[in-house]
Amino acid sequence: MSERVLMKGNEALAEAALRAGCRFFAGYPITPQTEILEYLSWRMDEVGGSYTQAESELAAVNMVYGASSGGARALTTSSGPGFSLKQEGISYLCGADLPAVIVNVMRIGSGLGNIFQGQGDYWQMTRGGGHGDYRTIVLAPNSAQENADLMVLAFDLAEKYRHPVLIASDAAIGQSIEAVELPEFRDHDLNKYDWPVRGAKADEPIRTVKNVFYSMGDAYEDYLRDKYAQIEAEEQRWESIQVEDAELVLVAFGISSRVCEEAVEGARAKGLKVGLIRPITLWPFPVKAFEKAVNAKAFLTNEMNLLGQTMDDIRLATGCRVPVYHSGSIFAITDTNDLIVRIEEVMEEVKGGGQ
Amino acid sequence: MKLKAPDRITFSHFGFCPGCGHGVAGRLIAEVAEEMGVADKLLTAVDVACGSMHMNDWHFDTVMAAHGRTLVTAIGLKKTRRDNPVLAYYGDGAAYAIGMAETMHAGLRNENVIAIVVNNAIFGMTGGQMAPTSLPGQKTTSSPLGKDAVRFGQPFKVEEAFSGFDIPYLARGALVGAANVNRAKKMIKKAFEKHLDNQGLCYVELLSPCPTNWNLEPLDSKRFLLEEMTKHFPLGEFKGGDAK
Ligand SMILES: Cc1ncc(C[n+]2csc(CCOP(=O)(O)OP(=O)(O)O)c2C)c(N)n1
Ligand code: SF4
Ligand SMILES: [Mg+2]
Repeated sequence: MSERVLMKGNEALAEAALRAGCRFFAGYPITPQTEILEYLSWRMDEVGGSYTQAESELAAVNMVYGASSGGARALTTSSGPGFSLKQEGISYLCGADLPAVIVNVMRIGSGLGNIFQGQGDYWQMTRGGGHGDYRTIVLAPNSAQENADLMVLAFDLAEKYRHPVLIASDAAIGQSIEAVELPEFRDHDLNKYDWPVRGAKADEPIRTVKNVFYSMGDAYEDYLRDKYAQIEAEEQRWESIQVEDAELVLVAFGISSRVCEEAVEGARAKGLKVGLIRPITLWPFPVKAFEKAVNAKAFLTNEMNLLGQTMDDIRLATGCRVPVYHSGSIFAITDTNDLIVRIEEVMEEVKGGGQ
Repeated sequence: MKLKAPDRITFSHFGFCPGCGHGVAGRLIAEVAEEMGVADKLLTAVDVACGSMHMNDWHFDTVMAAHGRTLVTAIGLKKTRRDNPVLAYYGDGAAYAIGMAETMHAGLRNENVIAIVVNNAIFGMTGGQMAPTSLPGQKTTSSPLGKDAVRFGQPFKVEEAFSGFDIPYLARGALVGAANVNRAKKMIKKAFEKHLDNQGLCYVELLSPCPTNWNLEPLDSKRFLLEEMTKHFPLGEFKGGDAK
C-alpha cells in the first residue's frame, strides 16, 4: 500500500531507498545533502539495516563497494566537494561491475562554491567523473516525488546492469517540502544473483570481485561495449511538452525544468510556439526526444551553471542543425518572466537569421 | 617430516618473489581458517598492492579493494554479510599512508573485522618507495640516500596510535623464523576467535621481508627484519593478548 505524505525531497529520497530494499548506507555530512544522512541515522535501524557516518566520502563510497560486493543494495549520498571525493570509488565500482547508487544533491561549485542549488556537475556526472573509460546512468529528478521514484528505479537499473547509477538531485529539490506518494516496501535478497561473495566450500568455485582489466581478456571488452550500447538504446528517459510544432524548444533538467514548464505555458499564452524537452536520464542523453523536434529553429537550455553544460549534448543529438542557446545563472533559479523575455529575444534573433 | 599446504591454498598463479613474507601470511590465514572450521564462510578483502596476489592462491571468496580502502571495504562487506567472518588484508603503505584515516577510524569505532597488515617497511608493489614505516636511514627508490627521519618522521607505530582505542586485539608478529611464524599464527588465531565472538577490530600487524625491494638476499632480509625492524617495531600483543 503506498502512502501520500508531506516530505522534504531529501527525506523522500532516503525513505524511498529503504523501500527499494536498500539496507546499507554510509555517508558524510555536507549541505545540502545532510538530511539524507540524518534521516537514515535513525531510520535505517528501524528497518534492520546498516548505517555508518564515515570518516570521509572516500571511506563511505568504499564501504558501499564492500557492501555491494556482498550483494547489498547500497547507497551513499553527497554534494559538490564530497561528490568529487567519491569519484575514484565510482570508477572502481565500474571497474568491478558492481551496482550501487550514488546521489549528488548538487550545489554551486567549483571549489567550496556554496550550498545553494546548482547544476554545475553535469559534465562530471555524465562523462564519468573519475579515471578511466566509463560512464554511468544518471537520473535527474525534478521534484520530491521523483526523488523517491527515481531512487527505486536507480537500484533496479544498477542491478540490471551491474553498474553504479548516479542521481543528480539538487538543493532546491532536496530542501523543498512537497506531497510525495511513497513507494511500497520491497524485500531484497542478498543471494538474488550468483555473483556476490558469500563464502565458498572447498569443492565450490570461488567468487572474486576484481577490478583488474588485464586479467579479463577480449570477452570482457565485448561485455562492456554491449552493456554501454544496451543502456544507450534502452534506457533513455525524458518528458516532452509541446515539442512537435515548437519553433523554440527549451531543454532543462531538474529544478530548472519546472521553471521551463511555466515558461512554455506563458510563452504559448503569448502565441509563441515553444516546447520543452526534459531529460530524465542525463546519460544516456535522450537523443530520441529530439527526433520529434522537427520544427525547431533553435534550442534554448536553462540550467544553473555558467558554461551551458548540456549544450554539447544537444548539438550532438541534433547534428548541429540549428543553434543552441544557453540561459541560466549559477546564483539563482531563473525567474519565469525573465526566461520568457529571453525566449522572445532568442526567437527574434533566430527569425532575423542571427547567430 | 611431511610438508602439506592447507587445502585452501591453491598453486595456480603464485606470484610472490622468493623470500617474500606475503606467502607465509597467506598460508597462516588459510591454516587458521581451516583449523577453526570457518573456511567455508570466510570472506576476504585485499588491497591492490602485492597482497592482492592472494586472490589467485586463496580458495576464499575475495574482494579486491582500492588502494588503502581495503579496511573500509571489509567493513561494508561485514555489515552486509553479518554471519560471515570478514578479513581485510593489506600492506603498511595502504594502512599508514593513503589509508591512515580509515585505519584510525576503524580503531576509533571498533569496527567488527579482522585486519591483517603486512608491514614490509616499504611500498612493495610500486617498486620500493619509502613508506611511513621505513626505518631511519633506510635506502629506498624514493630515499636513495636513506630516509631522513627528521623530514619524513619516525616509523609509524600502530600500538602507540591505537593506545586509547578500546579494541579487543592488537598484536605484532613477524614472518621469519619458525618460532616467530608459529607465534604469528597464534596471533592470527586469537584475532579470529575474538572476531567470531563479534568483539570488534582484531588487528594483527606482521613484519614481512621484501627481499626484492630491500635489495637483499632472502637470508639477509631475515637478518634485517630481526635485527633492524624489530628495534622500531617491537613484537608482541598490545591489547587483549595471551597468545604465548
Ligand atoms: C590511489 C592510488 N594511489 C597509488 C596507487 C599505487 N600503489 C599501488 S600499491 C601501492 C603501495 C603498496 O604498498 P603497501 O600497501 O605497503 O603494500 P606492499 O606492496 O608493500 O605489500 C601504491 C602506492 C594506487 N593503486 N592507487
Ligand atoms: S615486491 Fe616485495 S612485497 Fe611484493 S611480492 Fe616481491 S617481495 Fe613480496
Ligand atoms: Mg608494504
